[in-house]
Amino acid sequence: MNGMQFLQHALTGISVGGCYALIAIGYTLVYGILRLINFAHGDIFMIAGYFMIFSFAVLPFPIAIIVTLVLTTLLGIGIEKVAYSPLRNAPRMSVMISAIGVSYLLQNLATYLFTAIPQPYPEIPGLKLRIEIGNISTSFVTLITPIITILIVVGLLYLVNKTKMGMAMRAVSRDYEAASLMGIKLNQTISFTFAIGSLLAAVGSILYFTDRSTVFPYSGSLPGLKCFVAAVFGGIGSIPGALLGGFFIGICETIIKAIGLSTFSDAFTFIVLIVMLLIKPTGLFGEKNIDKV
Amino acid sequence: MKFKDRINIDLLIYVAIIVVSVIVLVFLDMNKFEYNYAISIIEKSLVYAVVALSMNIVTGFTGLFSLGQAGFMALGAYTTAILTIPANVRPNVYYMNGILPALENAVVPIPVALILGGIVAAVFASLIGIPVLRLKSDYLAIATLGFSEIIRAVIASPMMDKITNGSYGLKSIPGFKSSLECFVYSLILIIIMILIINSSTGRDFKAIREDEIAARSVGINIFKTKELSFVVSSFFTGIGGGLLAMFMRSIDSKTFSITLTYDILLIVVLGGIGSITGSIVGAFFVTAGKEILRFFDEPFAIGGVEIPLFRPGFRMVIFSILLMVVVLFFRKGLLGGRELSFNDFIIRKKNEKLKNVGKGGKA
Repeated sequence: MNGMQFLQHALTGISVGGCYALIAIGYTLVYGILRLINFAHGDIFMIAGYFMIFSFAVLPFPIAIIVTLVLTTLLGIGIEKVAYSPLRNAPRMSVMISAIGVSYLLQNLATYLFTAIPQPYPEIPGLKLRIEIGNISTSFVTLITPIITILIVVGLLYLVNKTKMGMAMRAVSRDYEAASLMGIKLNQTISFTFAIGSLLAAVGSILYFTDRSTVFPYSGSLPGLKCFVAAVFGGIGSIPGALLGGFFIGICETIIKAIGLSTFSDAFTFIVLIVMLLIKPTGLFGEKNIDKV
Repeated sequence: MKFKDRINIDLLIYVAIIVVSVIVLVFLDMNKFEYNYAISIIEKSLVYAVVALSMNIVTGFTGLFSLGQAGFMALGAYTTAILTIPANVRPNVYYMNGILPALENAVVPIPVALILGGIVAAVFASLIGIPVLRLKSDYLAIATLGFSEIIRAVIASPMMDKITNGSYGLKSIPGFKSSLECFVYSLILIIIMILIINSSTGRDFKAIREDEIAARSVGINIFKTKELSFVVSSFFTGIGGGLLAMFMRSIDSKTFSITLTYDILLIVVLGGIGSITGSIVGAFFVTAGKEILRFFDEPFAIGGVEIPLFRPGFRMVIFSILLMVVVLFFRKGLLGGRELSFNDFIIRKKNEKLKNVGKGGKA
């Protein structure tokens, strides 16, 4: 692999990594607050793909994008209300099984409603434009993904660190009983967290599927798990960590595929996870002294 | 006295169930062609019962949420398949890449192959367990899931072509000669697992599930016991995987994806986490249910009006909703950690009677 090829793959990797980062943030936020691996998050991402396909078919594209974002956000809030909030005081295993159940339901529902045949993802005008820089050929979406991701992360950091809602989120994630004693509305804060997570998953889904061109009912499950790994890698609960983790996993995966070991690209992610859990369970930027692992 | 009663009545019922099952299976086997479909459902249920119960050992009785079942099943299934595919058809199976010379004639009897499959799974589990079992709840779940995916990737990788036939999978695996054979294997495995769960080791498992610190304070070596539970569970999961390979007769790495683990989890959760009879009944309920509900997937009309709901995939939606209902409203599954026991039922009736008598006396 010469320098040019490497650059080409690195660019693809950064783009995939940006999408992963957006999904990983959803995991990190939810885990930070509920101590729950939201197994359904990857499937929310997949359903967002279908929302886009169907809204694009009937609406002009700027409105279709907005409709997709809104619907996905509502889906995330709805799932939390129906499947997680009744189990707030249940053992963690029950909540986790509930999350797996939601994931199972969304996959089966998607198979039922839209069949298992991959559906073509609409082309958003302009995003697929080929761009040539020297010897590197790439599409506009590949270039724009990391930029969008970083802008969103900056906005999110502002939201979490400077606003009242962000303060409430941090308080709930630190100690939710104490937070509710201080007058923070627990359910509202959790719903808000799910809303942000799902919104970012929807943005990630638009960028990811534009690159992949098709959506099928299981297209969310493996990216979902990888993004969870990205979140663990960066330190669960940390937004910059999720960003870094997403880019790391995305770039490594692309390079592994490029050197002809594509059967191992998924396994690699899990090796990263296991090594990370053993060496530094709190991740790169994770908070210390929390009994999580 | 009570203890003796319990053993007598329940044991009698179990023996009666087994005898009836054997008679029914012999009848089905004699009319193999007529009841082909029923036989395959029964065999699948039996295999799933073994795997579900083995998952229950680690998840339900020890309280370790492991999602690595599919990986251990893959190990058992591939070991069994590699060691039982008749030597004369091997060149056909490995037509793409050839077979490792050492394996060319390595054929062993089926029970030996199954046990070896279990041992391979158990050895891997003991290695994986050392680092992974230090993790708690959700991290353990995701790490075991990760290992399961790694095992699958290694099996499918081109480097293993001469052993696992890579992504082409293995076929011509000798199946069950009769449903009775499958029943006997499953029965033996289930009985051994029940004996383990009810032994003093099994009580150690339950102690850890209830309270780790308390268990440690009464002298239970937490790590060793967890490791033992994980290894024992994986051993039976491996054998279960071998049985699955015999049932399916052809396997590839995609058979053992995360979905398989979720299917087994569905059985364990529906039947009741920490319930032996729950897992067994759950396996039959889910497997047979999936087949019986097949009509949901076909177009269905009432009075000439076609109901649009009925099309492929509908039954899986129903199963998913059922799972969610059980998780949300019957948090502990249908049996909720209890056992189906006729004797308990009688004792409960007796106690109720006694209570009523007591009340009457007071008034």
